[in-house]
Amino acid sequence: MGSTLAQQIINVLQLGSIYALIALGYTMVYGIVRLINFAHGDFFMVGAYVAYAVFYAFNAYIGAGSPLAFLALAIAMIGGAAIAMLSNQLAYKPLRYKPKLSSLVTAIGVSMFLEYFFSAFPLIGPSQRGFPEILPKQMYTIFGAEISNYVILDLAVAATLMVGLTFLIQKTSLGRAMRAVSQDKDAAKLMGINVESIITATFLIGGAFAGAAGLLAGLTYPRIQPYMGILPGLKAFIAAVVGGIGNVPGAMLGAYILALADNINDTYISQFSNLLAFLILIAILLIRPTGILGEKTADKI
Amino acid sequence: MKAYTKFVAIGAIALGLGIGMAACSSGPKEIVIGGVGPVTGEAATFGVSTKNAYEMAIAEWNANKGINGKQLKLVFADDKGDPTEGATVYTKLIQQDKVVAIVGTVMSKVSLAGAPICQSSGIPMISPTSTNPKVTEVGDFIFRACFIDPFQGTVGAQFAFNDLGAKKAAALFDSGNDYAKGLSEFFKAKFEELGGAGSVVAFEGHASGTTDFKAQLTKILAAKPDVLYVSDYYQDVALIAKQARELGFKGPMVGGDGWDSPDLVKIGGAAVENGFFTNHYSAEDTRPIVQDFVKKYTAKYGAAPDALATLGYDAMTLMLDAIKRAGKTDGKSIRDALKAADLAVVSGQVKFDASRNPVKSAVIIEIKDGKQVYKTTVNP
Amino acid sequence: MNFPKFLVASVAFYAIVQVLSMLGIFNGYMMIIINKSLIYVILAVSLNLINGITGQFSLGHMGFAAVGAYVSGTITTLFFKLRAPREFSLDALPAELVFFCAIVVGGLVAAFIGVLIGFPSLRLKGDYLAIVTLGFGEIIKSVINGIDYVGGPRGLLGIAPFSNFTVIFIFAFLTIVIIRNVIESSHGRAMLAIRENELAADLAGVDSTRYKVTGFAMGAFFAGIAGGLLAHLIQMAHPTQYGFLASAMVLILVYAGGMGSLTGSIIAAFLLTFLTEALRLGVDWVHEITKLPIGTEWTMVIYALLLILIMLFKPDGLMGMREAKILQLGRKHA
Repeated sequence: MGSTLAQQIINVLQLGSIYALIALGYTMVYGIVRLINFAHGDFFMVGAYVAYAVFYAFNAYIGAGSPLAFLALAIAMIGGAAIAMLSNQLAYKPLRYKPKLSSLVTAIGVSMFLEYFFSAFPLIGPSQRGFPEILPKQMYTIFGAEISNYVILDLAVAATLMVGLTFLIQKTSLGRAMRAVSQDKDAAKLMGINVESIITATFLIGGAFAGAAGLLAGLTYPRIQPYMGILPGLKAFIAAVVGGIGNVPGAMLGAYILALADNINDTYISQFSNLLAFLILIAILLIRPTGILGEKTADKI
Repeated sequence: MKAYTKFVAIGAIALGLGIGMAACSSGPKEIVIGGVGPVTGEAATFGVSTKNAYEMAIAEWNANKGINGKQLKLVFADDKGDPTEGATVYTKLIQQDKVVAIVGTVMSKVSLAGAPICQSSGIPMISPTSTNPKVTEVGDFIFRACFIDPFQGTVGAQFAFNDLGAKKAAALFDSGNDYAKGLSEFFKAKFEELGGAGSVVAFEGHASGTTDFKAQLTKILAAKPDVLYVSDYYQDVALIAKQARELGFKGPMVGGDGWDSPDLVKIGGAAVENGFFTNHYSAEDTRPIVQDFVKKYTAKYGAAPDALATLGYDAMTLMLDAIKRAGKTDGKSIRDALKAADLAVVSGQVKFDASRNPVKSAVIIEIKDGKQVYKTTVNP
Repeated sequence: MNFPKFLVASVAFYAIVQVLSMLGIFNGYMMIIINKSLIYVILAVSLNLINGITGQFSLGHMGFAAVGAYVSGTITTLFFKLRAPREFSLDALPAELVFFCAIVVGGLVAAFIGVLIGFPSLRLKGDYLAIVTLGFGEIIKSVINGIDYVGGPRGLLGIAPFSNFTVIFIFAFLTIVIIRNVIESSHGRAMLAIRENELAADLAGVDSTRYKVTGFAMGAFFAGIAGGLLAHLIQMAHPTQYGFLASAMVLILVYAGGMGSLTGSIIAAFLLTFLTEALRLGVDWVHEITKLPIGTEWTMVIYALLLILIMLFKPDGLMGMREAKILQLGRKHA
């Protein structure tokens, strides 16, 4: 049983890392523009397809292995960032000072567009594609649990990006501007901050994270299709809310809590899929209405 | 005032649609066949295979001078894998396009929304792949071209127990998918009948659309089964196989016809070796109809046919053959001709039983060195 | 509201559709589009009561529709199973009455669950409330999927086809009239006050929790009705029809129509349902004429683009917060 428990802990850590990468982008965008960006899961899907394309374009020249993996990571992040920025410019920015729920509808529209376009476009199509093994897989046995180098990679990338993001937000002037915009857009503008360019930067970073998550998910669960972003997008959204939406460490924490909930659910009540994840979500929000690490906001008249 | 203009505009669109609907009608020179499948949404990959197969069958018949001198026209409608959409498009095909028969659709839940409409309109319908026994129970106009759930689950259990010599089995399936759940339930029932109570050591579901099966697999492997029954479609099977092998499972895996796709090996690689599944036919089958179909489909669509393409092609062939034999295009004549079918199609020699399910034998296919290898034939 | 005028307009609508249907100008396909539009009217108007009028944010509306569909569907199928043996003398009951009661019971159970969910969760605000309602919607779906008695993933089958244009029209009409009257009552004023500023409403003596839960329960009730009607229209119910994506589609209707405007919800329900079908026919037509490789799979791509364009050009929705004259608040309030 010891090995089973160790194995399940590894399983949780791996799933949680994938959730965390998507949730980080979700929570960043929300923190700045207060928009539930339904299309975020689809940015993740775009990242996976971009990485897939990179593999087929460059595999012949480079050959599978670390250099190709880094190239794929870089281009997947650029792809995710580009699609996020484009969505922001075309569908969200014109509605910035309109009722915020109208941009929620365009977010659903962008999400539908990306899914159905990828599915209808002949070069991509709805078929399930096997994601190539860019890195050779190796297995290690630790405490009776089977760990592949992919698990370690997932954890390492998630941890690095989170540390990097925390540094960016806490220590750089861009991060300071982001925090200012997140607290009060108008005051930030009066302080000479170009609010729109900060928002664009946020979308770029959030999209890049989603792109990275797309590559990692493609490597870890080697099958991609145009609708692959829906469920992880939903889970990441929940993770972000559980942790306190807009809060970076919170999103990370929420992602691992959600992965744990999924794991327990699938181990003990697997016939009722996703049940525990939602029950935990509700329980946590009823106890802490703004998430575990979220700040309480006072009502103002 | 503005609201009125909008209401008037909607009224105008509606009237225009209505008149447009009334105006379109096809010439008497062609026979219109309806085709249904999900080409958008999460089941789109199945729908596209099916649609390709419908189109290929129709094109072949048309190249062969159609039926009784009339050309065939396929009107295809997308059900999006959703019952409500299904009800809408079945109604559209019957009322709007005046089809004489409908071939479709893929998922049982959608076929079950379409079947009552076909039954009450007296339009014969054949589903290529809806395995839920209830589909054809809707009425005598409803047929299917595939096995029903109990058959494959039972055959899989017999094969695992008798041929693979497994004493303990485990099952993993998509709990949101009736096909997967149905197969696994019948597998469990039969295996426990053979191996005694408790011989199915784990019986686990997973969420639709998930890609991480490790929680269930870790639990399953802790129970040390000799064989793992996976009744999902190929894209999930491939991931499950990979993750099971990573976690150290070395035993055989068994499944149903949802495995039949060239993508199974493409995605799953070496992990799906030592895998066996029940299927309608083997691509190695030397019958010319099989070789012909595999060759033509591969040439036309750039990939070998999966189970959905094969069954879509067979369902269309069965329906067109019935229309030809009926000599008329009214629903009752076609239905009676279809009932009397005894036709060699790609998936075998098909006759219908009293519940309009095909009576045909199953084959067991083994995945060996990345290829589907014929193992044995099982008769119902 | 101007009830006499609204009644006349509704009856005129009903009569025109019936006549066109009898003349054969509207075929069965047209009628199923109209029936679906009317069911979406009920869903959108009831969600508007929660999201638009009371200012809450529900993302799990179809969960309540699922409750209505399964409860009413189970009642009618059970009734007809029981009616067959001779020892039950239920034959005397007209089937339509049983159907009507089943639909209402389905709505009541949905409302009850709405209250159960509403009490704890309505103290949450904005997006947190949205995600909790989304969670409840998914829990309802997951539980139904796991119960084999109602079919699990096979769906609830063999529901009698009781829903027709007349029935659906009557329920849609009643939904609009009742919700419009609630909005005009002092209850509605309280709800609007909560939407505008909950703290201020509380200070002014409005029991905000009570009104929020009432609004939530009423919305759930009508969603349950709509679910029951849908199940009896397509003769089955399946968990996947009531998931998060389906709830998002209803949400789109409310915001594309205009938050707080019942007229907007009605227009959006008709417009987007008809748009889907018009695109289906249009894409097929273009494909047939030009033989371009653009098949029916492009329908939803165009739909998504149009949706984005509608919101870009009409950021407040088609109607904003305005109402058509016949649905406007009575003069005595204005």
